[in-house]
Amino acid sequence: MNDFLDAIEFIFDEHTSPAGGAQVGGLSNMWELTSEHLELSLVAMAIACAISIPLGLWLGHIGKGGFLAINASNVGRAVPSLALIAFFVAYIGVGFTNLTLALVLLAIPPILTNTYTGVRQVDRDAVDSARGMGMTGAQIVRRVELPLSLPLIFGGIRISAVNVIATATIAPLAGVVTLGDPIINVNTYGDEGRLAAAIVVALLAVATELVLGGVQRAVTPRGLKLEGGGRWRRLAFGMPNNRREAPT
Amino acid sequence: MSPLLAQVEIRDRSTDTCVSDNGLYPGWIADNFDRYVDPFFQHVLLTVVAVAIGFLIACTLAVIAYRRRWLINPVTQVTGVLYTIPSIAAFFLLLPITGRGFLTATVALVSYVLLIIFRNVLTGLDNVPDETKDAGRGMGLTDRQLLWRVELPLALPEIMAGLRIAITTTVGLATLAFFAGAGGLGEQIFADITFKSNVVTAGGLAVLLAAVLDGAVLLVQRAITPWTRAAASR
Repeated sequence: MNDFLDAIEFIFDEHTSPAGGAQVGGLSNMWELTSEHLELSLVAMAIACAISIPLGLWLGHIGKGGFLAINASNVGRAVPSLALIAFFVAYIGVGFTNLTLALVLLAIPPILTNTYTGVRQVDRDAVDSARGMGMTGAQIVRRVELPLSLPLIFGGIRISAVNVIATATIAPLAGVVTLGDPIINVNTYGDEGRLAAAIVVALLAVATELVLGGVQRAVTPRGLKLEGGGRWRRLAFGMPNNRREAPT
Repeated sequence: MSPLLAQVEIRDRSTDTCVSDNGLYPGWIADNFDRYVDPFFQHVLLTVVAVAIGFLIACTLAVIAYRRRWLINPVTQVTGVLYTIPSIAAFFLLLPITGRGFLTATVALVSYVLLIIFRNVLTGLDNVPDETKDAGRGMGLTDRQLLWRVELPLALPEIMAGLRIAITTTVGLATLAFFAGAGGLGEQIFADITFKSNVVTAGGLAVLLAAVLDGAVLLVQRAITPWTRAAASR
């Protein structure tokens, strides 16, 4: 238990580095690491959303490219984040931009798959009535398909955001000083610094999950909540939809 | 003497440039492949043990929660937090309790797969059509018989989908297990992260392992759920 108390103390008070010289720990140092961690994650998530949501909406709307959109997740899962980052370091080099690119690649598949699945799950009758009301394709996407697939889109954003925050922990391997620095450069920060960073990373991930879960509930159209109950939150992993016909 | 020395010198220099160039050299990979064998099998062991334990725990929880519905929310929340905590953080949070090594890595990996399998088993059981269950009851099956002979078999597509996702994610997360002192392919990646031959070999083996294990589960699923193919081909 003492280890945990030391780690919490490390978050609040400055220590002399065990490697000698510099001061480490304390709120300002922890904030410095946390803000770099958040900046990296936010930039990567913003780019990933800007690419994958429009792409997923478009593919879902025209009903093509399902193979690509669904399998993106499967392929993405099979590539370990450490291997992806190592690949970028070895082939492109270290630095904020290269690392952001790697994290964008990591974040795209879940959002793309969920956006595509979300659009395809929209009740075809709703789309047909929208068309019958004279809406154009773009209007159908914006006013029918997008709102009705928002819960699943945010489900994808949640998965990616937590994953990106977790992976940003190994960013120091690519020369970006995030909360992973005390974990990887344990000689500079000491054991209590490493545990302190682990605690902050864990809290950051859980907080992100809770906030985005709240946003997901807030953006779920009331009609879907009435109809589905907890259905949207309890989708099984890796199943395209939740309903199954009776076997005959 | 001198030709031999010259030869040694040349070979030395060539390996030197090879590694200091950080390039991709099939020859180097072939010569040094044996250094990846042990980490590879450590990786397999970590993945298989963690997923097997996680599968047992999560399946049990799901079957219990299927009958006692009030358990669903608390179990989902607890496993949800475990799922959310990044495994690299989990390794160090566990370190003061379980020490460095295989145990710490396994506990962290198990805690990660619980939610995936729990949720899929439960969804699978919930998706079993009521009329099928009624038919089973009408044939005089007890609750236990109904579970083993009707509900669990019909839930297999969801259960196996969960298992596949659990396995591929665990292969990925196990690349970080060396932080907990449990070795694995990640240790090789970390050892020389700028050397292309090294990164490609170790990373490639991890991707290959994920694909092979995923394919193996898929084959098992095909073999034990013949009726899904019959339904699809109709």
